[in-house]
Amino acid sequence: MTADTPRDIAGPPTGRDKLGSGLLRNPMGLVSCVVLALILVVGVFAPWIVPFDPEATNLQRTNTPPGGAYLLGGDGSGRDILSRLIAATRVTVVASILATGTAMILGVSAGLLAGYLGGAVDATSSWVANMLMALPAIVVLIALYAVTGASTSISMIAFGVLVAPSFFRLVRTLVVGVKNELYVDAARVSGLSNLRILSRHVLYVVRAPIIIQASFVAGVAISMQAGLEFIGLGNQGQPSWGGMLKEAFDNLYVAPLQLVWPGLMLGITVSALVLLGNALRDELEGSRNVRQKRPTSVIPSSSDGDTSNALAVSSKHDNNVLLSLEDLKIAYPMSGGQSKEVVHGVTLRVHTGEVLGLVGETGSGKSQTAFTTLGLLPPDASMSGTVSFRGTRLVAQNEKQMAKMRGKVIGYVPQEPMNNLDPCFRVGQQLIYGLRAATGQSKAEAKTRLLKLLDRVGISDPQATFAAYPHEISGGMAQRVLIAGAVASKPELLIADEPTTALDVTVQAEILDLLRELQSERGMGVMLVTHNFGVVADLCDRVAVMQNGKLVETGSTSDVFADPKHDYTKMLLDSILDQDQLRTELRTGGKVST
Amino acid sequence: MNPLLAIEDLRVSFGSGLGRRHAKEVLHGISMSIEAGETLGLVGESGSGKTTIGRAVLGLTAASGGRIVFDGQQISHLNMAQRRKLAKNLQAVFQDPYTSLNPALTISDVLSEPLIAQGSGSSEARTVIADLLDKVGLPSDSARRLPREFSGGQRQRIAIARALALDPKLIVCDEPVSSLDLSTQGKVLDLLIEIQERTGVAYLFISHDLAVVRHISHRVAVLRGGHIVETGSARQVTSEPEHAYTKQLLLASPVADPIAQKERRERRSRLTALDSPSDRLVKDA
Amino acid sequence: MFTFVMRNLLNGVTLIFVVTGATFLLIHMSGGNIARNILGDDATIEEVKAKAAELGLDRPLLTQYWNWLSGVLSGDWGNSYFSSQSVASAMNTRLPVTLSLIFLSIAITAVVSVILGTWAASRGGAVDRLVQFLSVAGFALPNYWIALVLVLLVALPLQGIFAATGYVPLSESFTGWLSTITLPALAVSIGGVSSVAQQVRGSMLDTLRRDFIRTLRSRGVSRNAILYRHALRNAASPAMTVLSLQFIAMLGGAVIIEQIFALPGLGSLVTTASLQGDIPIVMGVVTYMVAVIVIVNLVIDFANGWLNPKARIE
Repeated sequence: MTADTPRDIAGPPTGRDKLGSGLLRNPMGLVSCVVLALILVVGVFAPWIVPFDPEATNLQRTNTPPGGAYLLGGDGSGRDILSRLIAATRVTVVASILATGTAMILGVSAGLLAGYLGGAVDATSSWVANMLMALPAIVVLIALYAVTGASTSISMIAFGVLVAPSFFRLVRTLVVGVKNELYVDAARVSGLSNLRILSRHVLYVVRAPIIIQASFVAGVAISMQAGLEFIGLGNQGQPSWGGMLKEAFDNLYVAPLQLVWPGLMLGITVSALVLLGNALRDELEGSRNVRQKRPTSVIPSSSDGDTSNALAVSSKHDNNVLLSLEDLKIAYPMSGGQSKEVVHGVTLRVHTGEVLGLVGETGSGKSQTAFTTLGLLPPDASMSGTVSFRGTRLVAQNEKQMAKMRGKVIGYVPQEPMNNLDPCFRVGQQLIYGLRAATGQSKAEAKTRLLKLLDRVGISDPQATFAAYPHEISGGMAQRVLIAGAVASKPELLIADEPTTALDVTVQAEILDLLRELQSERGMGVMLVTHNFGVVADLCDRVAVMQNGKLVETGSTSDVFADPKHDYTKMLLDSILDQDQLRTELRTGGKVST
Repeated sequence: MNPLLAIEDLRVSFGSGLGRRHAKEVLHGISMSIEAGETLGLVGESGSGKTTIGRAVLGLTAASGGRIVFDGQQISHLNMAQRRKLAKNLQAVFQDPYTSLNPALTISDVLSEPLIAQGSGSSEARTVIADLLDKVGLPSDSARRLPREFSGGQRQRIAIARALALDPKLIVCDEPVSSLDLSTQGKVLDLLIEIQERTGVAYLFISHDLAVVRHISHRVAVLRGGHIVETGSARQVTSEPEHAYTKQLLLASPVADPIAQKERRERRSRLTALDSPSDRLVKDA
Repeated sequence: MFTFVMRNLLNGVTLIFVVTGATFLLIHMSGGNIARNILGDDATIEEVKAKAAELGLDRPLLTQYWNWLSGVLSGDWGNSYFSSQSVASAMNTRLPVTLSLIFLSIAITAVVSVILGTWAASRGGAVDRLVQFLSVAGFALPNYWIALVLVLLVALPLQGIFAATGYVPLSESFTGWLSTITLPALAVSIGGVSSVAQQVRGSMLDTLRRDFIRTLRSRGVSRNAILYRHALRNAASPAMTVLSLQFIAMLGGAVIIEQIFALPGLGSLVTTASLQGDIPIVMGVVTYMVAVIVIVNLVIDFANGWLNPKARIE
């Protein structure tokens, strides 16, 4: 159970296609669109709007500065730079359309087929795509020039073939992803034909990414075409930005300004395409990633910032209380500057040697509460209230202070064992890193203690597990390793966040046994976060029930199960499937052979 | 009378298509049957092959051996067109209500998918959709909304409505409540039972949770490592199991009662102490 | 690990064969044109035919390819059609220039990207905005465009420090080499830095959000150890994939940039050869470049396999 925000916030029914309108609200997207539209118009109407014949030479105006009859000046052969720029725009527009179109047609169709059909089609086309991607495009185009001579269209079509893999890989990955979605299975079960599934479910997903990719590819194609012209492998018979760059470059010491005009056109056009692609992508990824994608610094503690910096031992401290949370509130920033509180003033205690079960459904704030104790809330969370450990008040946002507590006095067992080991390091190596960070033992000492501990948590060959990589061990074993890691530094308090939810029921029983044994051996206090009342009944001394960020009931396990006080607790206990209700076998009962 | 669904010696292998040598068999000859209007609960742990059985029945995974007979028709090797005709009588509800609905389609689009596939007109579909939403307890204005506006339990109701759209004879339910909160789980299960009592649809109900399976099933089959280890009435299998693995499974799932759980835990430790069932079971299976 | 090495090696060798084969076939399908190109428009049909026969262009394509290939395998790359210089000796003088440019560029790219990307991911702020800006600018502006700007704004005003044209080999003078190679290498690597740094930043951020980071923190592992030991290593694999693709793009970019700075490397050689239709030189350069790409990608694959144990089995 992850603590996500409730999704049933009903708003007005939403339409499907907002990409276009959203793009125009994005300033970068709007500017790029306007620039590209202008360039397109200039390209289309070039023959009618040029002030002079782009090829006409007027030797008197050779290398004239801007501002004369030639608005942007004359080039080394006395031709009008402005007219040549305009004529070259047309060439550029045609070139980028050719290259992008070729790449799109080849890449998208191959990607759809490879992704949807898989098998040999996929293997072959992926192999070809990898080959093409390993080629430096410009070198191939240079080699091609030796055969075909100067032809913008041939080299741009060839370039289209060379960059087709970018569409291919994009579409193939998307299609493979969609194909494995349950909703495609559901459509198949509903009796939809392959063609319908492709057009209804698959094309919808790939459409926008293809447009984005197309704007990038068009940008790259324009710089590639100009690059070829620049090194002289272009069609000398027509003006082009690259060719003009080359002429200006040869003229560098006479009229350096001539380099600016084609350079600007090239830079502006390609940038507009890339920015358009970026704007589209931002629009597509939408707000769901905005909050997470930015690195955020730690937000300073909010309401009690001035008092909480000092460590103070509260006078009325009860020696039996290991952990105490007072009026804990947690909030997250929302878009629009507001914040949303997810935990509303929770007060609870864990006593020495006690197992406290923190129970609740999705979105109850139970995991948030547990992470606060470890000082491991996401950096953009803001928190108020106090957390005290053995009477010492901790400031959850004081990273230095919390880092001293973590590992040494508070241990943590996570929910998904397979996601909680670093895949790049051997199991033993990362256990040693953790233990040494907490205790400062020597490597050898740490290793000896961890091997003993791995044996204790029921791993049959500690040496082999120690030397294994995380992907080489099973989920149950990984959870044993993580428990060993959590208790290695002999913490006084263990925070276990749904430690058995991801495990099979038989493994769950073994892990619960292990936790019980370790707890009684070491007299640890345990805060066990779970949604499963069976787990609570098995392991916990006391229960705290949370609903929507509030603590609704606390009591000893036997009391709460026997006589729940709060309506919500009653409702939860009532929803446990009735073990006495059984459906009788139909008289006609079928057979299952063993 | 012939059963509605009969599975005989079903085998499924996964692995590279080139050469059978690398193929790994995950179902080693499964036989079972379901009567009209009956719920067969299929329980097992991860890797037991329970989901694969469901997918093989639905034609989403190819069978490498054996037969599946549904409503008198052999369905294990149908082509696409024949499969599509079958959709009218054979439907599914999947585990994850977040990915089983296309996030881009409105609920009305989702629900009309099977109707249109079977050739219904759009006005006809609209009346059916209103009726379906009512059947699964959702307000009628849900039709215009997108899946993300609904909670997990509500989405699973939508998925059930989609499965009901064509009035099928059998629905394969693959872990339909395991990603739902406890309070929602019971309501969705009761909805499924109510629908069955009203329409006489049969369920192949797949779950890892013995308590859930016990609640909804008439009969239960226990699956382990691609074999069926035990089968019988829900009462027999989930109260007095015969097979050691089923016993272990039953005793391993904690009950929400501290006293009963203490007793169950002690029985389990006695069973584990008696012999190491995990070793013995492999040979058994 | 052994199969991992062999598979990558085999892929590389296959690539070289396929590319040279394809290039060869493509070029020689227009056999008549080659001889015509060499002789010019004035030559008679008979002269063209005689030239084609002299160069062996009239033989079956497979025979020609086989002759070329067996020559290459025994070290004989043929001779230029125009200068009668052997292809091998042309390569030997040109290759070191291109290699020193390209290796300096990839080194700059790797080092700067890791520093910028890590910094942007861990601290945010101005460096993060710089990486964001670079990722757009470096992608949007062609590297030869940047090279032209560097010539205009840096090389010309600071002629004593940076040379706008020419090349001094490393073996002759280190400072001379540096003054001729720095600006071109800068121009080549900006595009690479822009996308590799962005990738390092992105995958660092992704890694930092993964569950195991929280678990490591819960054990008291320090912030620096988490950043540089765990997050960076996990981020390395996707970053290196981008680096290997960027290397190909950088090699292509070098072809143009060499000509802006008048570096006597493979770029100007292949451009001139292509303009003239000097097929043996073109074939030689293409083969060399693909071989360099294959070798660099192999090195990157190995580094990847070393950093990421999962890559070795997949």
